[in-house]
Amino acid sequence: MTSPAAKSLKDRAAAAAKPLPSDVEGTLALLKAGDYVADRSLATALFLALKLRRPLFLEGEAGVGKTEIAKVLSQTLGRRLLRLQCYEGLDIASAAYEWNYSRQMIEIRLAEAAGEANRDALASDIYAEQFLVKRPLLQSLEGDLEGAPVLLIDELDRTDEPFEAYLLEILADYQITIPELGTIKAGTPPIVVITSNRTREIHDALKRRCFYYWVDYPNAERELEILRVKAPEAGTVLAREVVAFVQKLRQQDLFKLPGVAETIDWAEALIQLDKVALDPQGIDDTLGVLLKYQDDIAKIKGSEAAHLLQQVKAELAAAAR
Amino acid sequence: MYFARALRAAGLPIGPGRVIDALRAIEAVGIGTREDLYWTLHAVFVNRRDQQPLYDQAFHIFWRNPQLLEKMLQTMLPSVAVPREEPEKSEEMLRRLAEALAGRQSERPGEEPQDKIEFDAAMTFSARELLQGMDFEKMSNAEMEEAKRMIAAMRLPIMQLPTRRFFPDRQGRRIDIRATLRTSLRGGGAIPLQYKRKRRRHPPLVVLCDISGSMSRYSRMMLHFMHAITNDRDRVHCFLFGTRLSNITRALRQRDVDLALAKVAAKVEDWSGGTRIGGCIAEFNAVWSRRVLGQGAVVLLITDGLDREGAQGLAEEMERLHKSCRRLIWLNPLLRFEGYEPKAQGARAILPHVDDFRPVHNLESLAELGAVLSREPARRLEAAGSYAELMAERGAA
Repeated sequence: MTSPAAKSLKDRAAAAAKPLPSDVEGTLALLKAGDYVADRSLATALFLALKLRRPLFLEGEAGVGKTEIAKVLSQTLGRRLLRLQCYEGLDIASAAYEWNYSRQMIEIRLAEAAGEANRDALASDIYAEQFLVKRPLLQSLEGDLEGAPVLLIDELDRTDEPFEAYLLEILADYQITIPELGTIKAGTPPIVVITSNRTREIHDALKRRCFYYWVDYPNAERELEILRVKAPEAGTVLAREVVAFVQKLRQQDLFKLPGVAETIDWAEALIQLDKVALDPQGIDDTLGVLLKYQDDIAKIKGSEAAHLLQQVKAELAAAAR
Repeated sequence: MYFARALRAAGLPIGPGRVIDALRAIEAVGIGTREDLYWTLHAVFVNRRDQQPLYDQAFHIFWRNPQLLEKMLQTMLPSVAVPREEPEKSEEMLRRLAEALAGRQSERPGEEPQDKIEFDAAMTFSARELLQGMDFEKMSNAEMEEAKRMIAAMRLPIMQLPTRRFFPDRQGRRIDIRATLRTSLRGGGAIPLQYKRKRRRHPPLVVLCDISGSMSRYSRMMLHFMHAITNDRDRVHCFLFGTRLSNITRALRQRDVDLALAKVAAKVEDWSGGTRIGGCIAEFNAVWSRRVLGQGAVVLLITDGLDREGAQGLAEEMERLHKSCRRLIWLNPLLRFEGYEPKAQGARAILPHVDDFRPVHNLESLAELGAVLSREPARRLEAAGSYAELMAERGAA
């Protein structure tokens, strides 16, 4: 198969694919190289998934960095990233493959015009691979020069059960069966990362085929590290206060706790407002970046925020001594 | 094959085809040892794991000594070796078995028909009619049994919603190009168009049922109702709440109703205690709502609205619950009383936030519920309106 695409593949292969990490330490280093601050448990789960060629199933609240893991993987390993964003009603035609009907029609007309009488031959003609439109799932089974791609199945919980059932075959044997064409099997299995926000419980049968990892909110130390990497312009004082304040917020009884993404956004918002430290007014003005529910904002705004801030300042002062 | 009849009466799904299979199987294997017979029949009659203990006991009782049955019926507590691990379960099983075998006794030819046992309630049609209108609270045990059976046989239609999946349909509106091309290769000349149509499905159903003291007479019936709908369809989630909230969905998936209820009983710790409706709905909103209310679920809230804590924070939580589901239906057993007005603070807090407000105290009202669920009303029906409607109906009746 030599196509224009293959040529660009050769160019990309110059930036040859990096080998998979050989131990947990290597996995940690790999994530670090991609600016992803992970804790050891996550690195272990990821390492096992890579080593044993099983999908990694990441579940967790919105904004804790699940999707980011797949992106970082593809970037640091130099693999292609195939992203399948799920939604209700996602079907095989948009997830795996589709026949190119118009081209098939034309082919039939041409064959008729040429007086082609042999229907069987025609059938094998119009169901050839050139009439197949490949979607992410099918693409992921085709290794390229850089090695197997990273397949990100994002927010699987948004799909419905039939689609989940369809995934079972792909995730178990890394193969897709196309009735008109036969079974397509991956030479080297792709690196599969599945994420879910838990808006619905995923079926046990699918979870059984994966390594499961619950991505939790980071502790203060790790969150500070993340801020240093992702929002380097924030001063030390501001970063510390921001992290401490968010950690305090997560202990409150809120409907939706702020995730890491919100922390980073908030730090950047404060930088844009030229803040070097937190003050009650500044918090009140920017609370909408952190909290996304009106009830939550009403609960925290004003005296509660000031009170939390006082605690934060006192604790940081005590730690500095 | 009296044995097969006994098993059938005890609740195993055994049709005449199975009986013929069993006879053939015995012919093929030959009547050798008891063990051979046991496993031969086991292979034919048992096709689910949860049927095994029932079959096991039935076999031993039946083939060991038919006379044992009479003794057993007299004492109602059999002297068979029962594994002690799950006493509740085996007792329930044995009770069913006893019923089944007792029914069989009188059918045996050449014997005097014995006294019918009280709970072998073969109801006439008029008795059924009576049951339909009878309050759960006033039923005797035998009637309860019959009601449970009726609930189990009940189907709960829910309005169907179009999904984004298709199935081939001659009367469909859209052209299914893939199928069209495949058929066109078969015939010659013109291309025969194949059509498809959107598949329809019911939305997920979430049941929140109150099991506090004031609801205790109903909660058992409601459990049977939940068990019936859980096993009737997919995407059903059931929660119980009293002073705390517990998710019993998995326990109810057990096909055998007695086993399922035993599991639920073991899991839930706050039977017939107080109620913290506000707290429990808050917990549901915080922990479960995002996980089970996706994809436009319909919520059934079964409670009498009597809250021990004076309905603190209930209104806000109800509002949130209402806004995160497709439809919120409140089933209230107290509604049966003429002149009931939702005066309790809890009830007053709930009422503004429900789409529909129904009584649920007898089989008729459960059947009506089915009718309500199967039509999609205007969204955000003012419940107060439906309540007034209901009262007007009463006045007319």
